[in-house]
Amino acid sequence: MDFSFTEEQTLLRNSVARFIEDNYDFDKRRAMIRSPQGRDPATWAQFAELGLLAVPFTEEQGGLGGTPTDTMVILEEFGKGLVIDPYLPTVVLGGGFLRLGGSSSQQAELIPHIVDGSLILAFAYAERQARYDLNDILCTAKKDGSGYVLNGQKGVVIAAPWADRLIVTARTGGGQRDKGGISLFLVDAKAKGVSMRAYPTVDGQRAAEVSLENVSVPADARIGAEGEAFPLIETVVDHALCALSAEAMGLHRRMLELTIEYTRTRKQFDQPLSKFQVLQHRMADMYIHVEETVSTCYMATIKLDAPETERKAAAAAAKVQLGRAGKFIGQNAVQLHGGMGVTEEMSIGHYFKRATAMNAMFGDVDHHLRRFEALTQG
Amino acid sequence: MNLDFTPEDEAFRAEVRAFLEANCPPHLRGGRYTDLSREDLLTWHKILYRQGWVAPGWPKEYGGTGWNPTQRYIWEQETARLGTPPLVAFGLSMVGPVIYTFGTKAQKEYYLPRILSGKDWWCQGYSEPGAGSDLAGLRTVAVREGDHYIVNGQKTWTTLAQHADMIFCLVRTDKDVKKQEGITFLLIDMKTPGISVRPIITLDGGHEVNDVFLENVRVPVENRIGEENKGWTYAKFLLGHERSGIAGVARSKKSLEKLKGIARTEMAGGRPLIEDADFRRKIAELEIDLLALEFTDLRTLAAAAQGKPPGPETSILKIRGTEVQKRLTELTVEAVGYYSNPFLKGELGHNEGPVGPDYAVNVAPAYFNMRKTSIYGGTNEIQRNIISKMVLGL
Repeated sequence: MDFSFTEEQTLLRNSVARFIEDNYDFDKRRAMIRSPQGRDPATWAQFAELGLLAVPFTEEQGGLGGTPTDTMVILEEFGKGLVIDPYLPTVVLGGGFLRLGGSSSQQAELIPHIVDGSLILAFAYAERQARYDLNDILCTAKKDGSGYVLNGQKGVVIAAPWADRLIVTARTGGGQRDKGGISLFLVDAKAKGVSMRAYPTVDGQRAAEVSLENVSVPADARIGAEGEAFPLIETVVDHALCALSAEAMGLHRRMLELTIEYTRTRKQFDQPLSKFQVLQHRMADMYIHVEETVSTCYMATIKLDAPETERKAAAAAAKVQLGRAGKFIGQNAVQLHGGMGVTEEMSIGHYFKRATAMNAMFGDVDHHLRRFEALTQG
Repeated sequence: MNLDFTPEDEAFRAEVRAFLEANCPPHLRGGRYTDLSREDLLTWHKILYRQGWVAPGWPKEYGGTGWNPTQRYIWEQETARLGTPPLVAFGLSMVGPVIYTFGTKAQKEYYLPRILSGKDWWCQGYSEPGAGSDLAGLRTVAVREGDHYIVNGQKTWTTLAQHADMIFCLVRTDKDVKKQEGITFLLIDMKTPGISVRPIITLDGGHEVNDVFLENVRVPVENRIGEENKGWTYAKFLLGHERSGIAGVARSKKSLEKLKGIARTEMAGGRPLIEDADFRRKIAELEIDLLALEFTDLRTLAAAAQGKPPGPETSILKIRGTEVQKRLTELTVEAVGYYSNPFLKGELGHNEGPVGPDYAVNVAPAYFNMRKTSIYGGTNEIQRNIISKMVLGL
């Protein structure tokens, strides 16, 4: 039993933390969000330089051969810094699909571009009627000669306005909610028939409604076997849940730290707020939630390589925990900041917004509770 | 014990309903509580003014309706039913009652008609950067100089100060006594030289609150309410008025109906979300909280109808009322799923119509914004202190 980090992981953490400290302060972040593009491409180039974009890929793929724990370390620091850049869509999700399900030619063609920072990916899976069910898909991919023609609508595709390619879930067979008959396709974001309505999200990222109208893709745009993509989707989304959980560790801990700091400084009735027992107990409960987020994140990250049922249950548990804790910690952090907590001027509200947005990504608390129930109670 | 309204009450309800249906412009209906312009708010204010119904809480002699508490309750229900715009509280519900209770004859004659007609828009100069929960710790100073006070300091969280003609301010006039005993209540014209307003943008991207800076602002002594250094008495009276109606039952009922409508439309697992056992349970629990709140509110109302002034137990209404309001926004965010994440408001926003379902627009900003309810008007922590001390005697 060992929950400590290797020397390399500590170095990795320090380099990410230093990068954020030097390049990602509150005002800089705000300026990026308000800029027309919504991010600073120079940041992404620096991520590439630091090797962050290479972490999960094997050395043969041109990566650093990192483990899920290495990704966790990066995402935790991103959480503390409220990083808006598309690491989750590009490296964890897009990279995950290629790494775990891509053909060797897809890997050889695309992974080097992820690693050098020249390729941004976005995962277009959600549909209006589906809520959080990954298997509820109306978007179709029909065989057309040697390739396919895609038609359908995808909603709230995070990072789509920045993406060079989309990874799209579409039905090559089966009914709307069948787990069979689902395929994955790489689609050029600028391909004929792809249109987007781009917009900012409440947590300072960019997303789009994506419409696919008779979009032709060649056969080699398909990731994995036709109609058999669902297990891969579940696996990669579990990786994303772990990444979100890691980001939540950073977010939750930072919210607690900021609240402690604020209540120590803010005086009312001639004493610091931190001296009021009712607020002390609140912060003690926030602390318990933070530690539980950390614990479930470690558990789920370790179990990413466990047998399927165990992996899924652990990822679901981590998502439930980050949702519940995010709400408790976020709401109380704002409350303890008083009016200041509700302003754009203080960072605490931005952490709260990210924690809120995260709850709705890849299934909320109820969704993953049900998933956990089904996996553990049959 | 009974819940019956008298035939007179029912006749009153019918009259109110008919008036509202006939007179509230369609574009102002449906519970647009935020995002209303100054013009929208004044339009509705003036419609009620012409009908003589703009100040249900005021005594008849000052231009109020003279309605009894039950009639005022019916009024609240009926306006919420149609989702009419709110009336800006600072003149009508706050400084108005202070002026007719403690003001001079000249103050009553000058200010009250202007509040009723909507000529003067008021804002509230209470909180300061260093004086929030500990309001009596305020440091804005007023020094007497002949027939004027010279005021220096900063007020904050001043709602809609950007529209205001007048501000009522608590200022310190004596530093050498117990902090509650050196406070004076002044009425200040916002056009007086030395006043500046700085917007505070909130998490939802909205501009509702402001900082108000006062630098050598000259205020005529006749703008003082009551006696010098007795301002805390008037301030507390006003806060009592602020608390009545704070339960927000009627509006929360409206929001609950909206939530149920969304849950009937949204799909989950191939069925409407409202058929989802977990979500049903959460709505049911919230609805029971709301019923408990409603009947607590009605008990307070019945006591008031018998002439008993509301006491510190009204802190329950503030605590539970705001908890219910916040929970409603929280469940609405949950109901719309990931379509709560697009942000189409504020400086980043576009005006190209909604992304996803219409009802998803603004639910997350509303959730962020409503965090304020357990902070303003005395935080819910302070309300619990009040219950502990004043009700339980701890």
